[in-house]
Amino acid sequence: MTAAAGSVEGIRSAIAKGETTAAAVTEIYQARIAGEDPRIHAFLSVDREYALAQAARIDDMAAKGESLPKLAGVPFGIKDVLTLEGFAATAGSKILEGYRPPYTATAVRKLADAGAVFLGKLNCDEFAMGSSNENSAYGPVHNPHDLERVPGGSSGGSAAAVAAGMAVATLGTDTGGSIRQPASFCGVVGVLPTYGRVSRYGLIAFASSLDRIGPFAATIRDAATVLGVIAGHDVMDATSSPLPVPDYTADLDRGVKGMKLGVPAEYFAEGLDQEVRAAIEAGIERLRAAGAEIRPISLPHTRYAIPTYYVIATAEASSNLARFDGVRYGLRAPQSDTLAGMYRRTRDLGFGAEVKRRILLGTYVLSHGYYDAYYRKAQQVRRLLTEDFLGAFREVDAILTPTAPTPAFKIGEKSDDPVAMYLADIYTVTASLAGICGVSVPCGKSRGGLPIGMQILGRHFDEAAIFRVGQAVESL
Amino acid sequence: MPETERVSPTDIRRVAELANLELTTEEESRMRRDLNAILDYVAQLGELDTAQVEPMAQVSEVLVAPEEAASEKLSVLRDDVPRPCLDRERVMAAAPETDGVFFKVPKVIER
Repeated sequence: MTAAAGSVEGIRSAIAKGETTAAAVTEIYQARIAGEDPRIHAFLSVDREYALAQAARIDDMAAKGESLPKLAGVPFGIKDVLTLEGFAATAGSKILEGYRPPYTATAVRKLADAGAVFLGKLNCDEFAMGSSNENSAYGPVHNPHDLERVPGGSSGGSAAAVAAGMAVATLGTDTGGSIRQPASFCGVVGVLPTYGRVSRYGLIAFASSLDRIGPFAATIRDAATVLGVIAGHDVMDATSSPLPVPDYTADLDRGVKGMKLGVPAEYFAEGLDQEVRAAIEAGIERLRAAGAEIRPISLPHTRYAIPTYYVIATAEASSNLARFDGVRYGLRAPQSDTLAGMYRRTRDLGFGAEVKRRILLGTYVLSHGYYDAYYRKAQQVRRLLTEDFLGAFREVDAILTPTAPTPAFKIGEKSDDPVAMYLADIYTVTASLAGICGVSVPCGKSRGGLPIGMQILGRHFDEAAIFRVGQAVESL
Repeated sequence: MPETERVSPTDIRRVAELANLELTTEEESRMRRDLNAILDYVAQLGELDTAQVEPMAQVSEVLVAPEEAASEKLSVLRDDVPRPCLDRERVMAAAPETDGVFFKVPKVIER
């Protein structure tokens, strides 16, 4: 298969023209998974027959000469925090081992309706809590660029699967950086859509005011096409937006001439790796040469974003994860004499250390006597952080930053220090709190060959602008 | 290091109880150490004067002007109309213990 045929549109049109079949494409990717994934561990479950049955339906349509839907025959992987009826959905946790959800997430259903083929479910940090994928109860994912390094997290499997050519596109979720940071570490495109753009129905909740679903792909064009499919209003998610979904691929080739792009000083301060800085600054210079107007801007509350995020996200998590109690689904600890004892033993057996740490922190910041000092305070600072962005977007069309302060770090390097691990999200949590959209796009490599990502942030519901800039970065 | 620890051994046990988590003695001391480290980091939020700042709970609050949000036509709430929900049989199939109609649990009330 040629490189062009490995793209969303390449696959769809090759099947439509009879140059290949969806079944043949599916088998190529299944063979890659069989060959590559024992070293990478991106997939938690695969179902060969299910994928081939989806492919057969596409091949039937093609044989009858019917027009094929947008994602016809395109091999996908789905992060294991999203439900597909009847398929395991572990959320990377022992507490959901063996759980078969009775319903399908809206974003997953929309992919299926558009002809996508599901190869399997993807590894991630437990309940999407982590920046390295080391918190998966089923073992870490290895970065395809260097197997001793992390792929980033929490959507590490989703990023690694695309980077290793084991899927054309995948779905991930992003609460504080969990799509953008692994995209940066694995050298692929990862999209954080505006809050409300994609329905959260069927996403196993971590922090509901922050959680978002978005695509990974090798190119901006593929990612934009997938977002166009999964975006839109859904009665099953009260926070999903009724705004119409534009064609995100329409403006991709317009270039950046005349666009105003902001560069915030706070994202290039202490703690930024020198090679990452050099790569991002070189990318910015190339955008300037391509006709963009580069403007220095300030987002003054940036340094407060990590503490704000870890109060709000853990508070919401402690509430959301109360539902895992051994009563309705998943694990139940055996031989408990009382209900309270059963709850405790189930949660003790089922949750890993990072999940317990965040539940405890969230419970603490919401508890009597601390609510105002921590939770209310963090919500107030969230508004200040958001106002920083709203102010900046009156001056510029998009904002350029590094996605992460370093390239991928080594497995085990930060696993004993929660604060050091949380700082891996320092450039991504701000957009999460503000609800704006963002994308990480590959922008050079370190001397050691590790990918570096540029983060492009845009106004609420202005994904078209960040894709336009991303496309320019990609083609520089 | 702070002069006094924010989270004491009593605090961590109380929070674990509120969260329905069972912690071993070893876990208890590690979690207490980690929570204190994180809360020391969070303490820098105290540098900001937020007396005049409204808390922000949802992104939708900043998408429309307050006067618009208050108006009926921009209400994001759906109409309160009953809709079909998940089939009981399929839901119960995922339960650890059920009689097909109810979820079964260990005894709640001591007699």
